[in-house]
Amino acid sequence: MSATITLPSGRRLAAATTEAPLVRGLLIAIVILFLGLFLLVPLAAVFYEALRKGVEVYFASFANADARAAIKLTLIAAAISVPLNLVFGIAAAYAIAKFEFPGKSFLISLIDLPFSVSPVIAGLIYVLMFGLQGWFGPWLQEHDIRIIFAVPGIVLATIFVTFPFVARELIPLMQEQGTEEEEAAVLLGANGWRMLWRVTLPNVKWGLLYGVILCNARAMGEFGAVSVVSGHIRGLTNTIPLQVEILYNEYSFAASFALASLLSLLALVTVVAKALLEWKIRRDQEAALRESTQ
Amino acid sequence: MRRNIAADVPEYLMKSILLTRHSVLPGFGMAMGFTMVYLSLIVLIPLAGLFLKTAVLSWEQIWATISSPRVLASYRLTFGASLIGALINAVLGVAVAWVLVRYTFPGKRILDALVDLPFALPTAVAGITLATVYSENGWLGRYLAELGIKVAYTPLGVVVALTFIGLPFVVRTVQPVLDDLDPELEEAAACLGAGRLRTFYHVLLPAMFPAIVTGFALALARAIGEYGSVIFIAGNIPMVSEITPLLIITKLEQYDYPGATALGATMLVVSFVLLLIINALQRWAWLRTGRR
Repeated sequence: MSATITLPSGRRLAAATTEAPLVRGLLIAIVILFLGLFLLVPLAAVFYEALRKGVEVYFASFANADARAAIKLTLIAAAISVPLNLVFGIAAAYAIAKFEFPGKSFLISLIDLPFSVSPVIAGLIYVLMFGLQGWFGPWLQEHDIRIIFAVPGIVLATIFVTFPFVARELIPLMQEQGTEEEEAAVLLGANGWRMLWRVTLPNVKWGLLYGVILCNARAMGEFGAVSVVSGHIRGLTNTIPLQVEILYNEYSFAASFALASLLSLLALVTVVAKALLEWKIRRDQEAALRESTQ
Repeated sequence: MRRNIAADVPEYLMKSILLTRHSVLPGFGMAMGFTMVYLSLIVLIPLAGLFLKTAVLSWEQIWATISSPRVLASYRLTFGASLIGALINAVLGVAVAWVLVRYTFPGKRILDALVDLPFALPTAVAGITLATVYSENGWLGRYLAELGIKVAYTPLGVVVALTFIGLPFVVRTVQPVLDDLDPELEEAAACLGAGRLRTFYHVLLPAMFPAIVTGFALALARAIGEYGSVIFIAGNIPMVSEITPLLIITKLEQYDYPGATALGATMLVVSFVLLLIINALQRWAWLRTGRR
């Protein structure tokens, strides 16, 4: 005696594991509406407001001396904080991913800490350290060194808020790679730097690039933390986001949105770079998987 | 009978003996040393400094600061609006993740990439553009005003800003889970006679649940500390639309350092507690779904 089992045909099975066209259309419509209203409209508004008074007004906004000083300071802050956090990220990820030691997960939590601290508090802690009322305030004043309401404070605050980006990208990637290739390199006689440069870093290059791009976007766009330590001195301690705020509060909307459009372009480049890198990493992984199964 | 000596050694000790001794890789001391020094200088010592400064204050002084009516009103707004924003994102974030993973439609890849925009767009830019779009003669505010809804310069504006900055979290935590989900689960549910809604509720939702909780908590934590995107759209009216981070800055500008310190330390403690809850929730959620 044999029982016959009839399986649903392909189409009926597919119909059973997806939604009715009406539901599908409705869900897609809701999502497009939500993302449209919350993401696309505000993004389009930046460029619309920036260009509303014409192209000449738009470009004149960048010729302004204060705007140039703000752009310069933003570039300086990013040029110092991104490389420092890059070196830190590589060192931390190497120690955490390639070695075993007690308290590892606690260390990872500590590295993530700046993500869960409000940017305002990130600024506040440096004011309490180096401000006039702070721990080192009197000493700094005696030696005529300014950190708060000056460029070093802005750099410090920027380093704090961008602190975990590179490390966070690299730790899981390096853990996935394991230590075998490095061990082979060392046994073949490579010294530490050579191993790092030839084996460890090339293996994580795309993740590294992605971490740096994110770190840079955040460094150039940070507002809250920098706002606390800056003192808003025009032409001296204003970064682009702070200049955007000042111009907006003065009702110079065209100039404010012109500078904001620069940062929005940077954000768009960051988002596109992320999508491309993810696509590339996935393709590499699939290729590696195919190779290993063949 | 011979005893296995290794069985008496605790596992974590065995692990550290076996692994640290046998690593042939160079540079651990240097990498770890640099990591610890940099971490201490940039993060740990300044954060500890905040608590030390708080410890100098008297208990009455701290209490008077953190429980004044204006500060209490700011807590209500900050936590209330953050909670609403995170809830909106938990529901719509699942819908976005679902549509991006399961369906195909033109422009899908662009939308997918744009989900990260709130991460990448500087908060000040988000603030001024949201304030402009939702003001009474803005692109969206104009139509909402006709319906009698005021968004800009009200607590509702704060909710809008916090929904914006929390948008990517739930989407990005749920997406990989949906991607990895075994289609056989849904096929089995369908073969056993479950409709789509029932399959979603009893099969898909439990699988996504830990990721939703994680994304929700991350969005909430981010929203509570948020400053830049909120202050432009909030209007910052004391007792009505003033968030706690702004109060810290106001106190600093008035040279009320003890007040700013006490309020900063309070918010930091809240963030840490939230972080602990997030970790506990994650562990609980993974355990719960792991057993199913």
